[in-house]
Amino acid sequence: MSAAEAPVIEAQRLNLVFETGDGQVHALKDVDLTVRKGDFVSFIGPSGCGKTTFLRVVADLEQPTSGSIRVNGMSPEAARKARAYGYVFQAAGLYPWRTIAGNVRLPLEIMGYPRADAGARVARALELVELTGFEKKYPWQLSGGMQQRASIARALAFDADILLMDEPFGALDEIVRDRLNEELLRLWHHTGKTIGFVTHSIPEAVYLSTRIVVMSPRPGRITDIIESPLPRDRPLDIRDTPEFIAVAHRVREGLRAGHSYD
Amino acid sequence: MRTAFPVLSVVAVILALWYAACVPMNAQWARDQAARAGVELSATALVTDTLAQQRPRLPAPHQVAAELWNTTWVEERHGRRGLWNTGTLSNRSLIYHGWVTLSATLLGFAIGTGLGILLAVGIVHNRAMDLSVMPWAIASQTIPILALAPMIIVVLNAVGITGLIPKAIISAYLSFFPVVVGMVKGLRAPEAMQLDLLKTYSASEAQTFFRLRLPASMPYLFASLKVGIAAALVGAIVAELPTGAVAGLGARLLAGSYFGQTLQIWSALVAAAIIAAGMVGLIGIAQRITLGRMGMAR
Repeated sequence: MSAAEAPVIEAQRLNLVFETGDGQVHALKDVDLTVRKGDFVSFIGPSGCGKTTFLRVVADLEQPTSGSIRVNGMSPEAARKARAYGYVFQAAGLYPWRTIAGNVRLPLEIMGYPRADAGARVARALELVELTGFEKKYPWQLSGGMQQRASIARALAFDADILLMDEPFGALDEIVRDRLNEELLRLWHHTGKTIGFVTHSIPEAVYLSTRIVVMSPRPGRITDIIESPLPRDRPLDIRDTPEFIAVAHRVREGLRAGHSYD
Repeated sequence: MRTAFPVLSVVAVILALWYAACVPMNAQWARDQAARAGVELSATALVTDTLAQQRPRLPAPHQVAAELWNTTWVEERHGRRGLWNTGTLSNRSLIYHGWVTLSATLLGFAIGTGLGILLAVGIVHNRAMDLSVMPWAIASQTIPILALAPMIIVVLNAVGITGLIPKAIISAYLSFFPVVVGMVKGLRAPEAMQLDLLKTYSASEAQTFFRLRLPASMPYLFASLKVGIAAALVGAIVAELPTGAVAGLGARLLAGSYFGQTLQIWSALVAAAIIAAGMVGLIGIAQRITLGRMGMAR
């Protein structure tokens, strides 16, 4: 990896304050973060720590109150319009009236891809998430894990080089989650995308990430950024190695430190 | 069969209650007739008589059925002015009167549905309309249509609009409301997440409408259409009452009540119910086909 390469996401003294009925909520306070190309960055912390909010700021779904944020060297709005990222939400949110292929084709239709190209892209995206053969099924015919894979395919279809994922496996059971984690790593290897991944699971964060951003609430802020010493190639049983356990321990410590405030 | 049984049981109970009510309702007249003729009325004779009077207070179900049969098939097939003899519908047949009302209903329903959808689209996309239109739509439904109908007819008459259109407008007045309410709810059915997703694609308002809001609203639309078509039929019948209309189910009801023709009233009522059930059924079929094709049928 060349050090000269421009950062993909660069946040400086980023603040976001929500005005709510009973006062201000400091969702993000002085967040500084640089994400390099090809990084797999996990955001972990208790609810209310601003991890989802940060991802939404990157995606131009929320506006920061102060500070600067650049995505691919552009403002988040420009990056969104340049289709810089694909976003995967907590729920699959597939359209029940569209088939799986139809759902994956949705962004391509909106972005105006020609028909033949769109067809090829849908096929490739479904292949990446191992859903080939399910094109004509409707979402309700698929399990929760398969639906979430289809929603990842939908985010991959237009080949953005950033993938933002907001607790994509949060609603799935442990066994399915393990499998999807493995698949996600393979997919990341394969495509070389930069991934921002929100989770509240320590093993998931450690297993997937090259960097782990530990956050804490009230106000939402970063308490620790951990560079993972784990190799990029990770079988599932790497989770039993001392290195893995050491990283997990440090994440847990960071989370505890954040909590000691209140 | 499993669905037919409960339905038939309910029908049987209603018919039994109806027959049971006929006897006391019509007994007075039977007793008066017997007293006038100076004869003693046995219990069986009383029951037989109350179920077969010419002008009963409450006609028995089989009398209504016979009246329906006579004023539809028999009238058109064998009547002097029937379809078979003249080539046009007889003005004494319920088919003719039913069609007069149905045509106003369908036109009114089409206008009401179109207006309802347009208003809902406006309400969902325009904050000013959101705040201003809904209270008026609700207020419009609190005015008794029976009071409003003559005014609408008179005003339209003054500007030279007569016949089908005024009736259809009153129909539309009743049927647009459920469509507005249902479609506003339907077009707002997509969750914030779904809208966020389209924002990440930088989708336009039109793309959001046609690819997300409109398909998401379909189940709501059909539910509203079923309410709307029934309301449209009520509107068309009510519109016929205060106008001295000579044709239509409303006119039959009114004429029946002037001349004490309870059979005519009841057969017109039943005809209206059959028409309503048929139209709701047709919308149900359209719903099943549409949602089935969209993969949304359960």
